[in-house]
Amino acid sequence: MAGITDFGAYVPLHRLGPATDGWSGNNERSVANFDEDSITMAVAAVEDCLKGQSRADVDALYLASTSLPYQEKQAATLVATATDLSDDIFTTDVSHSLRSGTLALAMALDAAAAGRVQGGLVVASDSRLGPAGSDFEKATGDGSVCFQVGSGNEIATLETLVSAANEINDVWRPAGETMIRSWEDRFVQQEGYLDSLQRVLELLKKKTGKTVDDFDRIVLYAPDSRRHAEATRLLGIPRAKLQDPMLDRLGNTGCAFALMQLAAALEAAGPGESILVLNYGDGADAMVLRTTDRIADRPARGNRGLQGHLAACLPVGNYSEYLKWRGLFSEDSGVRRPNLSGPSAAALHREQDQVLRFKGVQCDACQAVMYPPQRICIACSARDGMTPIRLVGEPAKLFTYSMDYIAGTTDVPLVLTVIDFDNGARAVLMMTDRDVDAIKIDMPVELSFRLARSGGGITNYYWKSMPARELFVREREAVAAG
Amino acid sequence: MESIKDKVAIIGMGTTKVGERWDAGVEDLLYEAASEAFADAKIDPSEIEAGYVGGLSATHTLNRVLKLNYIPVSGVENACSTGGDVFRNGAMAIASGMYDIVIVAAAGKQKDAGTTGIDMAGDPSTVGMEAMIHNGSVPRHFALYATRYMHHYGYSFDELKLTLAKIAVKNHKNGTLNPKAHFQKEIKLEDALNAPYIAWPLGLYDCCANIDGGACAILASPEVAKRYRDDYVLVKGIGLSSGWREGRMSQKYSFTMFPENVKAAQQAYDQAGITDPVNELSHVQLHDAFTVNELVDYEDVGIAPRGKAPHLVKDGYFEMDGKIPVNTDGGLKCTGHPVPATGLKQLAESYHQVQGTAGPRQVKNVRYSLAHSQGGLTGSFSTIVTVLGPRD
Amino acid sequence: MNRRVAIIGMGCSGAGVRSDAGQEDLIVEAGMAAMDDAGITPEDINASWFGCTSVSANHALLNFSLKLGYTAMTKVQNAGATGADALRGAITAVASGMYDVTLAAGVEKPTDSGFTEFTEGGPVGGSAVGADAVLGEFRTPAFATLYLQRYSAVHDIPARRIRTALTRLTTRSRRAGARNPLAAFRSSVSEDEVEGAPVSSWPLTVLDCCQSLDGAGAAIVCSEAFAKSSGRPYIVLEGIGVASGGLEGRMQQDYDYLGLPEARIAAQRAYRMAGIVRPDEEIDHAQIFDLTTAAELIAYEDLGLAAPGTAVERVLAGDFDLEGRIPTNTDGGLLCNGFQAGASGIRQVYESYLQLTGRAGERQLPNVRRSVVYSAGGAVGSFSAFVQVYGKPT
Repeated sequence: MAGITDFGAYVPLHRLGPATDGWSGNNERSVANFDEDSITMAVAAVEDCLKGQSRADVDALYLASTSLPYQEKQAATLVATATDLSDDIFTTDVSHSLRSGTLALAMALDAAAAGRVQGGLVVASDSRLGPAGSDFEKATGDGSVCFQVGSGNEIATLETLVSAANEINDVWRPAGETMIRSWEDRFVQQEGYLDSLQRVLELLKKKTGKTVDDFDRIVLYAPDSRRHAEATRLLGIPRAKLQDPMLDRLGNTGCAFALMQLAAALEAAGPGESILVLNYGDGADAMVLRTTDRIADRPARGNRGLQGHLAACLPVGNYSEYLKWRGLFSEDSGVRRPNLSGPSAAALHREQDQVLRFKGVQCDACQAVMYPPQRICIACSARDGMTPIRLVGEPAKLFTYSMDYIAGTTDVPLVLTVIDFDNGARAVLMMTDRDVDAIKIDMPVELSFRLARSGGGITNYYWKSMPARELFVREREAVAAG
Repeated sequence: MESIKDKVAIIGMGTTKVGERWDAGVEDLLYEAASEAFADAKIDPSEIEAGYVGGLSATHTLNRVLKLNYIPVSGVENACSTGGDVFRNGAMAIASGMYDIVIVAAAGKQKDAGTTGIDMAGDPSTVGMEAMIHNGSVPRHFALYATRYMHHYGYSFDELKLTLAKIAVKNHKNGTLNPKAHFQKEIKLEDALNAPYIAWPLGLYDCCANIDGGACAILASPEVAKRYRDDYVLVKGIGLSSGWREGRMSQKYSFTMFPENVKAAQQAYDQAGITDPVNELSHVQLHDAFTVNELVDYEDVGIAPRGKAPHLVKDGYFEMDGKIPVNTDGGLKCTGHPVPATGLKQLAESYHQVQGTAGPRQVKNVRYSLAHSQGGLTGSFSTIVTVLGPRD
Repeated sequence: MNRRVAIIGMGCSGAGVRSDAGQEDLIVEAGMAAMDDAGITPEDINASWFGCTSVSANHALLNFSLKLGYTAMTKVQNAGATGADALRGAITAVASGMYDVTLAAGVEKPTDSGFTEFTEGGPVGGSAVGADAVLGEFRTPAFATLYLQRYSAVHDIPARRIRTALTRLTTRSRRAGARNPLAAFRSSVSEDEVEGAPVSSWPLTVLDCCQSLDGAGAAIVCSEAFAKSSGRPYIVLEGIGVASGGLEGRMQQDYDYLGLPEARIAAQRAYRMAGIVRPDEEIDHAQIFDLTTAAELIAYEDLGLAAPGTAVERVLAGDFDLEGRIPTNTDGGLLCNGFQAGASGIRQVYESYLQLTGRAGERQLPNVRRSVVYSAGGAVGSFSAFVQVYGKPT
């Protein structure tokens, strides 16, 4: 029987919250760094999901997002390549609706049930932009989640899915614009959100006879905590069964939000539990899942999962920093020079293995590992006898570093690092998601897929180094104590 | 392979005033430097047989500006050591016997770029790690060495900063003696120590400015040189070593030294017959684009023991009245870094010191002088070391 | 020169839109082929000269790609003749005695820009303003026809007759390219196809103009003593002449636009060094820098292979055909191999090297004893011209 076989998640390190000067919200929310977007977060969630597992047998990738960089050009191919999946797989984007996450999961589960997909990935990732200072900005969050679907070793199976459509301009983003728009508040809540949820619950009852009292856990999408509370009350959802929506520390992560809550539910669930997922966006989905016995004895893969990522956080010091990250506020009023030209599409395509997959090579003759790929071995001078080797996930340490205070205006200081992998390779990379006071020679570092210099209409990506997330777990405690 | 020792003579050199030369383009700077070199050599430009210029766009400029009549002109580029390599190629052209008199010249017009630091813009083919390395400013690359040097030899942060500050103070003091320098004022130790960070751990006074300037030399075979002057200066040795990005790929690379410096110096010493640089060199010009370069360079060219340079700096070993005066013209710190011309500017100081024409900053009894140029980024450089000396 | 200089090994990459290969791959293709041809390893190389007009292809690229350790490396720049100047750097250094075995290599990867047309002479960097900046906007064929128009008027040769001569050169080069496995264009074209192709810069059609394509070339330049002791086939440099202009053609009225003074002077210097008095009789094979066939046509007179005003006549008489008196561009020329500023000068010499060592395969000419190679770079009224004469071992 087809179902969810595993999952992973990603939450950006940074938070807007009480520790952020100039932030007017009461809650805390996750926020993508200046070099993160839906693509990079999707890559991180896939990496978290596949950590410790083979990726050779992944045969499909469904990418759900409302905030992808291209109007024409698939994003799933980019995520599949950056996560080193096979080229010979089914890839698709599922976009344009806040329900894209559950829709993509439903499509993948259907394909798995039909036997067309054996090991598919469903990744939902969103980073939506609200006007500066708006309630949207306060309520949204950035994050991603990834589910693996297939048959044979599922930890949860799909029992029912019912959907209701609702043609409405309640919350939308026109093509070519970057900000979410919205109609008047009462209309949005009544005619959109509550109406659709009520209808989908009626459909569920008609189809299965079940009501909100019949589930062990209920995941409820809501735009913000006020509406979450209102819907809980109106729909009669028992509080004890309600999944914590994390709106006080994560925020509404768009089309990834319901599925991130599902991931949190699965992280806590035991065998034989029934989980109802209520999602909203141009209508509503009600998805009923049941956990299997396998959920209790999933092998530990060393991934961080949702809770692991959520525990690590670093407050953004000042609200104006965030505005700079999103290009909403620029200190550099006078452009010093014309913008740099974009990268060559031909070169990017040719160098995909080293740029997107971050593959180096290992010499067949002497086993030396080197990055970027070489045709002549740096250790034994052997020619052309090289086997590709991916360096993402390989343990590495910081060899030396510098901090550039004049290079740019968004990420000061720019940290340049030389990192040495335990397998013998070395690479020179920028460092992201760091605390400049905590950088130390010999500290463990990981690789993270990030936005790089873009131009010419090409959104460009490359890998950066970053400290292990665990370094930042105490940050939150310190903030709470302070 | 044969040594180039005593096969090539310098019969004239010229340098421009460096600085923010809003008044001058590349052509003006070449003209200014060449005019001084022609006057120094007392030569008529029509006697020149070939030219080598530094920089990408200057190849066809030289003949136009100086009205040299269809002489062959080659453009030479070697990052920040371009000036040194222009000189080297010109010297080999003399040594090859193909030409008797050669002009080598370069001018840097950094200020037209709209920045003071070097900003590296890659071409579209450069993607991935190389694009990342080339996109951004330069100081961060050299700061990597400062961080690792400190860690490797166990110096505290304060010790490192004090050492670098002392180098900056020394070069600023020397700069006051050079009327062509961009900065001609002394700085205090505290100024350097308290300056804002450019690329941690390097502060403002640890970095040179990229400014405008030009330099020129007239080379000749020694037989021909005699016709122009008695006090011509001879090339004793030239070494060039170019990196292969070892530091970006290989964990063997230490980030506490520059292998290119060591190899280039050794080649130059072998040709010049120098076995004991500390006692045989009277004067040294090091490429102090950043103070940490000068620090590491002391050790690389063999005038300080490994890991011990900070102690010698503390003792004033490289100051004007020290054992080996280094960067008597104020170094790149005070004379800036007009990129293609810098190497020639370094050689000009060595030329004047050997000739005894360095004026108020003349070091006593100079015999051999070393000029060092280094260009590149993290883990890969081109270094040229040239030793000049007097005719015997 | 103080020492005689030889070329003991050469190699070139395939030319074309090489989307499969970056600069480094092309360098490895050419460099490794050259070292294998010479029977040497990277450790044998004392120093190298590198031609490439990409600003970010710095000194490290060659040493990095070929793992040349910490050997001396100089990057040269001389516009379209950059490859030729890299070779000259190596030649000069070997002659000076400083080094015995050197590498001259060049590469360009222009197609990553998305363009295969090229402009030349536009100064690099932010300082180009006024006339220099304007000229950078023009395409090279437009420059070439400035000379062609003047040539036609002064020598009173009808445009139709010139057009016929250009067609003869183009069809000949394409025929030669068809026999060159490294060429980008390996098919013949008919006279009608050439003349019926879209006009590039009148009277040149697009088939008369070469494209900016990817490619690399490499040569192992050494002392003749070293070459002799190796026991391998090699060629020797008999003469080299170089001349650079100073924008005379843009400022001086006595600049005639009938040819390139730089080419004439460079040829005189090279012939003097090689002891050549009658180039049209003493040279058996020529490699002429043909960014366009118009440039090739005019170069025959500059190099003394045709008397002034007679190039059209000589071309139409078949002098420069593959079976002619002085077979020219037997590798297909730049027309079939594309233009690579950093590499063309080296790739041109490769054909002379193959012909002189008798290894040109189905293109091999009988009795080649002396070959002349002409490369040039620059734009309207100011060039750097390189003329080299190569011969067999003495």
